Amino acid sequence: MLDVKTAVMDPLVRLDRRDRRADKFFRLAVQSCAIFVLIALLGAALSMLIGGREAFSTFGWKFLWSKDWDPVQKQFGALIPIYGTLVTSLLAMIFAVPISFGIAIFLTEIAPRWMRLPIASAIDLLAGIPSIIYGMWGLFIFAPFMGAHVDPWLNSHWGSLPVIGALFRGPNMGLGMLTAGVVLAVMVIPFIAAVMREVFSTVPSPLKESAYALGSTTWEVVWNVVLPYTRSAVTGGIFLGLGRALGETMAVTFVLGNTHRLAASLLEPGNSIAATIANEFTEADSSLYLSSLIALGFLLFVVTFIVLTIARLMLRRMARLEGN
Amino acid sequence: MLVPIKVRVLALCLAAMVFVSMSLATDITGAGATFVYPVLSKWAADYAAKTGDKINYQSIGSGGGIAQIKAATVDFGASDKPLKPEELSAAGLAQFPVVIGGVVPVVHVPGIEAGKMKLTGTLIADIFLGKITKWNDSTIVSLNPDLKLPDKLITVVHRSDGSGTTFNWSNYLSKVSDEWKTKVGEGTSINWPTGVGGKGNEGVSAYVNQLEYSFGYVELAYAIQNKMAYCQVKNSAGNFIMPSLESFQKAAASADWTKEPDFYQIITNAPGADSWPIAASTFVLMYKTPKNAASTKAALAFFKYALENGQDQAKTLQYVSLPSSLVKEIEDYWTKQIH
Amino acid sequence: MANSLLMQRRITNAAARVLATLAAMIGIFWLIWILWTTFSKGLPVLKWGLFTQLTPPPGSDGGLLNAFVGSILMSGLAVLIGTPIGIGAGTYLAEYARHTKLGETIRFVNDILLSAPSIVMGLFVYTITVRQVGHFSGYAGAIALAFIVLPVVVRTTDEMLQLVPSTMREASLALGVPQHKVIRQVLFRASMSGILTGVLLALARITGETAPLLFTALNNPYWSTNMNQPMANVPVVIFQYAMSPYEYWHALAWAGAFVMTMLVLMLGIISRIILLRNRRHDAQ
Repeated sequence: MLDVKTAVMDPLVRLDRRDRRADKFFRLAVQSCAIFVLIALLGAALSMLIGGREAFSTFGWKFLWSKDWDPVQKQFGALIPIYGTLVTSLLAMIFAVPISFGIAIFLTEIAPRWMRLPIASAIDLLAGIPSIIYGMWGLFIFAPFMGAHVDPWLNSHWGSLPVIGALFRGPNMGLGMLTAGVVLAVMVIPFIAAVMREVFSTVPSPLKESAYALGSTTWEVVWNVVLPYTRSAVTGGIFLGLGRALGETMAVTFVLGNTHRLAASLLEPGNSIAATIANEFTEADSSLYLSSLIALGFLLFVVTFIVLTIARLMLRRMARLEGN
Repeated sequence: MLVPIKVRVLALCLAAMVFVSMSLATDITGAGATFVYPVLSKWAADYAAKTGDKINYQSIGSGGGIAQIKAATVDFGASDKPLKPEELSAAGLAQFPVVIGGVVPVVHVPGIEAGKMKLTGTLIADIFLGKITKWNDSTIVSLNPDLKLPDKLITVVHRSDGSGTTFNWSNYLSKVSDEWKTKVGEGTSINWPTGVGGKGNEGVSAYVNQLEYSFGYVELAYAIQNKMAYCQVKNSAGNFIMPSLESFQKAAASADWTKEPDFYQIITNAPGADSWPIAASTFVLMYKTPKNAASTKAALAFFKYALENGQDQAKTLQYVSLPSSLVKEIEDYWTKQIH
Repeated sequence: MANSLLMQRRITNAAARVLATLAAMIGIFWLIWILWTTFSKGLPVLKWGLFTQLTPPPGSDGGLLNAFVGSILMSGLAVLIGTPIGIGAGTYLAEYARHTKLGETIRFVNDILLSAPSIVMGLFVYTITVRQVGHFSGYAGAIALAFIVLPVVVRTTDEMLQLVPSTMREASLALGVPQHKVIRQVLFRASMSGILTGVLLALARITGETAPLLFTALNNPYWSTNMNQPMANVPVVIFQYAMSPYEYWHALAWAGAFVMTMLVLMLGIISRIILLRNRRHDAQ
């Protein structure tokens, strides 16, 4: 039994007590930060649910699959914006993930050491370009290029194929889902590539070196050692990019064509949730209109929720198949 | 290593706070229509140089302007679409016009230059309804016998964002075409039967310039700056009018501004032999009994300066300033309505 | 038999290396294309006046001084607010709640916040700040930007901390180091580069965001460092100028974009150099 006086005087015990208090305080501090994140999202989602109340109560479930968008007749439906958001984001991911992956491999395994910082900084630079510049560049420089060279090529070469040909038949405007998808891809590449590069470089050298020592090629090391080790963080990076793509406004609205019509072809214009909100919010002149726009914002949260859940389930299954 | 960075950042922040205490406050804030942004900022800059009072006007859209003045987060709002007198009295707002402009149709057909093509209101409505789909349609050809019109599809370009320009355009089409009125109607944002949407006047200009055989509508300043092929339109008196500051002015002068209270006038399809059929006015909204009387007084002083002395600057920017008789009526309205 | 397998592996490897290099070239290509466009279109106004003059009305010469200052102030404040909370939340997720239900929920919620369109966050902040005080302000703008910084920092901090090998954690704990010191002095130091990447990514993102500032900070054509009033900022100015019919304003928009991008680049390079130097210093 420790003598109380000695215990209080004993520097080691005092230190231990102070450390435990500091530990408790630190834990409380970081926990409140985490709870704050929870509150922030709940607050934003709640404010949008409240704002969208009128639209949901007026249209009910029909809001989800209605193709209407008539501000004068006050008929609104979310199908076209949801479709546009999903398609452009999917396209963006299809282009961005492999390219980011390639960039990350290049920067961590292939490039000579002196090249790494400059090229990494260059890629990071893409992230710093304001999104409206992507929009303007897309509209004035890239869309004409697409309309003059890429669209006609797609039309003539792939437009006549059965089934998927419908994706590539369309007007040679240069505007539309495909252009928007590519511009979005360029926007999210720096985010995904930065995270991938960062996590690839944290793989402990012994792991890689043992694989090399056994005679693995660079590709085999990357695919079988680096990637599994960093799988969670890599998915995190992809989500970062996906998040940007789903919510991107300015770049998309300049090149998507902003048409409230549903079309199968990627060459046709369309509309996205974020672009619709940004375009029409300040001019919405009836409370139902405003409410429908806010309801769209809420639906974007829902779409994100669904996409992320599916991604997580897929990841969990992959991990289970590998025996984790 | 962690601490030094945080300390450095903190120090920077403190420096910024010191900065803050040495700053000047902006006197008046206004927000609203994009259309008037260039001319209001020019007037504000001149006014600040002259008197030192700072008027900060930002373009967030007519709807935004109405919403912000109703929420009293700004001292005045600006809207391309006038509010009805009932709505104004319900909100306790006063309204008056401040500048005139016009919307012009623009086309991109190789070989057709600015001012050469002739159109009528019903023809434009039919094109935007999607009823007339080709450039060599008989109606267009009969109006323009000396132009070479190709056998190509018309790509309609409209606005993707809500806008007062769209409101005035669709209001005009509703006046001249019953089918348009019933099928589509008027508004800052409408359900376009056909075409692609460009963001802002700039977006529409860019699309029209890029897409051959396209047909859109923009404000005159954009048509001139981007060297686009605008068209003549037949007005209600039956004459084909070229869009210009003069024809906008004639349209504004022909309107009877005292007919409705609070200057509620939409001057599309104006009468008068030389009036441009798609002229438009922008309105300023202010509280009749404002919370901050000093700010409103300062804002009114600014508008007095702008309406009485700002004609030349307005002209260089392709706007039409109000006729002096109207200015007098507006100033009387201020004394009576705004306290 | 063994030879053909070796050949196959070699070919796959060579193909992968070529594709990876190609990918990097593609990335650089886009960058050069876009940067060149902003540079050449902004060239007419890329002179000293850009940094010393205020935003002009149409028809006059001017620069973007008030916009740069406003953006720097608001972005700085946003990072100052968002980073500590973000690092705190990420630390909690990685060190205290890695596999708990609460942790998984917060992670999920954070991912959703990541994809929120910035205009939605702007409207949310408008409702809780501008509507409450009755006017636009730079503080509201900074808060809106902080909400965009927050989820990015949370996610990257969480991931980077998780990547630190547990051997380091266990070794320090075995030595009797209290947990908060383990985290602050060992784990943070090990993942500093990654966390910094997260902060820089967030900063890069907010330098280009227009929508959240439109309803919170509005904009200001005059010189003002009063954060309790509408504040000039580069994205909104670019937006308004780009949508106007005036050549001079267009050039200012492109030039503004170019400068902000260069600023982000310099910040990135400087912080990486500092990190590298510190790391080398520690290793000695």
